[in-house]
Amino acid sequence: MARKIARAPLDYLNMPAMKAWLAGVFIFLYTPLMILILFSFNDSKANVVWKGFTLKWYVKAFENTQLREALFNSLLIAGVCTVISVVLGALMAFVFWRFKFPFKGPLESGMNLPIVVPEICFGVAVLMFFAKIGFPNDLPYPFNLTQIILAHVTFAFPFVAIVVRARLESFNPELEAAALDLGASRHQAFRDVIIPHMKPGLIAGGLLAFTLSLDDFVITFFASGPGTITFPVKVYSMVRFSVTPEVNAASTIIILITVLATVLALRAQSATTKES
Amino acid sequence: MSDRDAIIRVEEVSKRYGKVTAVDRVTLEIPRGEFFALLGPSGCGKTTLLRMLAGFEMPSEGKIFIDGIDMSTIPPNKRPVNMVFQSYAVFPHMTVFENVAYGLKFDNVAKADQYGRVMAALADVKLDHLAERKPDQMSGGQRQRVALARALVKKPKVLLLDEPLSALDAKLREAMRFELAELQDKVGITFVMVTHDQDEALAMAGRCAVMDRGKLMQTATPSNLYEFPANKFVADFIGSVNLFEGTLEVDEPDHAIVQSEELGGRIFFDHGVSGAGGEKMWVGIRPEKIELLKREEGAAPPTPEDAPSGCNVTAGIVRQISYLGSESIYEIDLINGRRMQVSRPNLSRWDQEDFTWDDEVWLRWHGDSPVLLQS
Repeated sequence: MARKIARAPLDYLNMPAMKAWLAGVFIFLYTPLMILILFSFNDSKANVVWKGFTLKWYVKAFENTQLREALFNSLLIAGVCTVISVVLGALMAFVFWRFKFPFKGPLESGMNLPIVVPEICFGVAVLMFFAKIGFPNDLPYPFNLTQIILAHVTFAFPFVAIVVRARLESFNPELEAAALDLGASRHQAFRDVIIPHMKPGLIAGGLLAFTLSLDDFVITFFASGPGTITFPVKVYSMVRFSVTPEVNAASTIIILITVLATVLALRAQSATTKES
Repeated sequence: MSDRDAIIRVEEVSKRYGKVTAVDRVTLEIPRGEFFALLGPSGCGKTTLLRMLAGFEMPSEGKIFIDGIDMSTIPPNKRPVNMVFQSYAVFPHMTVFENVAYGLKFDNVAKADQYGRVMAALADVKLDHLAERKPDQMSGGQRQRVALARALVKKPKVLLLDEPLSALDAKLREAMRFELAELQDKVGITFVMVTHDQDEALAMAGRCAVMDRGKLMQTATPSNLYEFPANKFVADFIGSVNLFEGTLEVDEPDHAIVQSEELGGRIFFDHGVSGAGGEKMWVGIRPEKIELLKREEGAAPPTPEDAPSGCNVTAGIVRQISYLGSESIYEIDLINGRRMQVSRPNLSRWDQEDFTWDDEVWLRWHGDSPVLLQS
């Protein structure tokens, strides 16, 4: 009679086959990125053979004015988009949390629409929208970035709303009552008690909006006019001719910024769970 | 009560949520400087009433006066009352000091005076050494003290407490009972406490209002609630009671007799009851007011000296015994199958051996023990 070994769920992690599978998944996920980063230090024009370590591609990427401008544009857009998205998202989350009103259910689902609609459709819609309303195409810099910023806010703020809404669920309504009881007006109670509680959600949502905006290509591609170029779009245009290590270097920098933002977002979120 | 002035007057107040009536025409006066308890089972409307005093709910009908001023149009932040919430609601992002100082910002207290008042309030609740702590570094009991200090520092006319002891463990709860009562004595502010725990209410309050299903059942001192309950609900809710249905047979100014099928005998009162004879009524007898005697075959019932022969005595058999240390509770089956509860203090270390399971016993009580209840 074959003996069956009883296993607790976590014991499966100790099985060699399971470990191998896990390793396989990680290799599959991260090899392309590793190669990209590795070859940004490769002392060769061709992206195939390792010739030696160098930082010259970073210098070259930095000296590329267009690339630098594109990166600055991207950071500017992401920054403005984050501020607007956090305000809009937080207000939306608060309204759905606090009030009851007709069609609340459908409206709340509708709020998630920009998250699920394919980016390509969204991009086309944005393009058509700006054309239809005759949005001025010839504003001076940096106002010619307005279209991109508006497009980014449209898809980024629902993410903020979802994160903040989740955070508000753990709010103890007696805290607000206590503030009122101690003499605060409704506004003062909101400022002194509710906003501090929302804070981890605001930070996490904001960083999410920042990353989303920073690396968006599709929607930006449709929303950008002549003379407005963002980092992902610039990289795309460079890659069309050839994938140079310069692109690798630039991409590595973006990965770094994105990872940093994500780590901060996760930190803020874990602070959320720890507190409640 | 009219000789003492009332700090709170509740006049015919009702609160309805759609078809549900949470508070039903309650009229109540709370004297200045008293420790008052609103007592009742969950869902009886006591918390709704407290929230109406604080201003978080507005009455559907009726009026609330605090210190003579109609509160109908006054929002919570303008009322001269402060509350200690059930969850304590201590602000987690502020230190203890900041929590207590928070309410003073709105009272136009000079910055220079704030420090002294906050520290004095913290000293009152014995927390002055923890002023710089954050709430997440404190125990539940300490957080409750923060909530108390935060409310008392505002020098309210009334302090409202919502189930103040329910979240504490048993030992701490006992200690806090005395401490809260002492604190109330010291600060002299009227305390209004909501609780579902009758022991808590009896131990701490000078006066209790018992509520059931939105209605006020009785307002009285703890001992009057226990010894002179106004109805079956109060008699049953406060402590334990043996209730028997019966009819009034004799109704004289100085004594009365109720005949009860349920008891299988007659109950003598050594005082007049001024009830309408013949109608259905109930008699309540507290378990500790019943005497347990050994019953021997063929012996006459041992009627108590202050009652006519055959009254205030009944026969039964011991079925269950709960030994509680300071006393023992005996569940006794009467001849007609009805169960009665008798408690007996364990005055000597051998007392609990006097009666055991299946012992045949007499139960008897004095003429001043039973209480007549008309509803």
